[in-house]
Amino acid sequence: MATRIDRKFAALKAEGRPALVTYFMGGDPDFDTSFKIMKGLPGSGSDIIELGVPFSDPMADGPAIQAAGLRALKKGMSLTRTLEMAARFRETDETTPIVLMGYYNPIYIYGVERFLKDAVRSGIDGLIVVDLPPEMDEELCIPAIKAGINFIRLATPTTDDKRLPKVLQNTSGFVYYVSMNGITGSALPDTSRVAAAVERIKKHTDLPVVVGFGVKTAEQAKVIGSAADGVVVGTAIVNAVANTINPDGSLVADPAEAVATMVQGLSSGVRASRLAAAE
Amino acid sequence: MNTVVEPNSFKTGPDEEGMFGIFGGRFVAETLMPLILELQQAYDDAKNDPSFKAELQALSTHYAGRPSKLYYAEGLTRHVRQLAREQGLDGGAKIYFKREDLNHTGSHKINNCLGQILLAKRMGKTRIIAETGAGQHGVASATVSARFGLPCVVYMGATDVERQKPNVFRMKLLGAEVKPVSSGHGTLKDAMNEALRDWVSNVEDTYYLIGTAAGPHPYPELVRDFQSVIGTEAREQILEREGRLPDTIIAAVGGGSNAIGLFHPFLDDKNVEIIGIEAGGRGLDGDEHCASMSAGRPGVLHGNRTYLLQNKDGQILDGHSVSAGLDYPGVGPEHSWLRDTGRVSYVPILDDEALDAFQLTTRTEGIIPALESAHAIAYAVKIAPKMAQDKIMIVNLSGRGDKDVHTVGQLLGMDI
Repeated sequence: MATRIDRKFAALKAEGRPALVTYFMGGDPDFDTSFKIMKGLPGSGSDIIELGVPFSDPMADGPAIQAAGLRALKKGMSLTRTLEMAARFRETDETTPIVLMGYYNPIYIYGVERFLKDAVRSGIDGLIVVDLPPEMDEELCIPAIKAGINFIRLATPTTDDKRLPKVLQNTSGFVYYVSMNGITGSALPDTSRVAAAVERIKKHTDLPVVVGFGVKTAEQAKVIGSAADGVVVGTAIVNAVANTINPDGSLVADPAEAVATMVQGLSSGVRASRLAAAE
Repeated sequence: MNTVVEPNSFKTGPDEEGMFGIFGGRFVAETLMPLILELQQAYDDAKNDPSFKAELQALSTHYAGRPSKLYYAEGLTRHVRQLAREQGLDGGAKIYFKREDLNHTGSHKINNCLGQILLAKRMGKTRIIAETGAGQHGVASATVSARFGLPCVVYMGATDVERQKPNVFRMKLLGAEVKPVSSGHGTLKDAMNEALRDWVSNVEDTYYLIGTAAGPHPYPELVRDFQSVIGTEAREQILEREGRLPDTIIAAVGGGSNAIGLFHPFLDDKNVEIIGIEAGGRGLDGDEHCASMSAGRPGVLHGNRTYLLQNKDGQILDGHSVSAGLDYPGVGPEHSWLRDTGRVSYVPILDDEALDAFQLTTRTEGIIPALESAHAIAYAVKIAPKMAQDKIMIVNLSGRGDKDVHTVGQLLGMDI
């Protein structure tokens, strides 16, 4: 059954351009502002939304996303409220895919079965759970697939050809290629290596391959976009929010506007990079 | 909460997937998966390689000073018998200390570090990273790195850097780089997060030398195996001294490496009562303790499923303990399993009780124990008077307390 994510990639393929996948932290700097950021994303050119679920111990994230998660938690954000945010978004947007991204423990504590039921009801289309490798597929991946939710896996430079089939086995929606070993927000590696990696993954799967980790500017988005089916931007957006917040928590500018401006720029980059293969 | 069928042996875990019942596992980012699979392969090879065993044995003997002594704590035994008389009892079990404090570097941590540095060498890794709480593991890591000529980076919570200064200085003298971590409460949990971030960023050359029997499989297993020398020796030593097994063995549990090391060889000795002591901090009513198995519930953190202190949204709490080595909101997965099977009892000891035991041991035995070990001693002193005089208990004196004299001095209002 085609999911919202499948339909989106099919539509983009027809358009002949890569997807712009935007990550933001749910509840940062607070629920209402964050919801405003989310609602503005499609209009600014985001094709797929990655909704970050804050976690107290984000072991794979750099300082920017760590801080964003802590800001959100301090303001009372939780997995329950993150699902609520998605559900409210769905009231006015039926087409933009929402991928929930975070760590396993909040889901485990919520209860996997109850979580999947509520996720479907909230209009969640996919999950990226950083600390669930294929070795742990029984935990959430397989139940999620049964519930009709895409389970999107990260492939990394350490995922060699021998391991790729295992990583791709239960992956659906798209493959998220992490373009370097490291935490989120690290520097971008050179693009020829990224292109080669995307090629390598595509030998093993027909799924779209999107590339993330380190993309900050429209120009980078354009270059990466020419080598992949999509570009993920996360830390740069989270930083755009952070830059509107004073140390005392007051706002110097409208975070939603700051994010909108940034995403519009990135979107122009992505739209400038017609897919190399131009099907 | 989880009903578990009692197994024929308690010593067969973990299974192929790294599980002890529902606990353990490999909950890590994809970047790290190939690394821990490689580590598992290397460890399996090493286990079957006599030369690995021989090298570890030689280092343990000549460098670390093993076997460590099993010491009859006569002064402390006299004290608990006096306590018994005051309560109108004629009990007072005989207390032995397993003297891990006498090892090179002053704690049990060297056992694990020697094993893992040899693995790192086998794997051709050229850079060592480690996390540390009290600094005992940091010092042991810095020590073996110096011994084998490898650069070493130690992540340590900023709070711990402050309260364990002597160990910070020792690490620096040994040539390690100590990186303070200020996220969270700046304790062991935060240091572990940062070490994991370093590891995903430096996968090619770096070996992560985890200090406790926790983390993704195979760490809980291999750390346990390297620490089991404690229990294996203690078992032989007590048989030689007393002609029989002990009635009770006790160890403090933070992540739980000294405890699993003592416990494991005794797990199938059904008549040996096994007790793990958690940090009760300022009491279990609030959040100021680290008694994850007494007051937490199963969750997933740092690569494994285990008992964790957490809120109803699955956010991990920081906890508190006077002892930096126990100041961790989780515990090794094998302990969680041993708790649920009922083979091991886990009970909390408060900060104040540990401080009392610290002073008591100092005055009755002339031994300054680590605050971690003082938790185990405190519980021994609590139950020994109620046990008959012919009962025998072994307490793991996991480390020496020189590192804690500033903390204790401050808490007692002494001028240092």
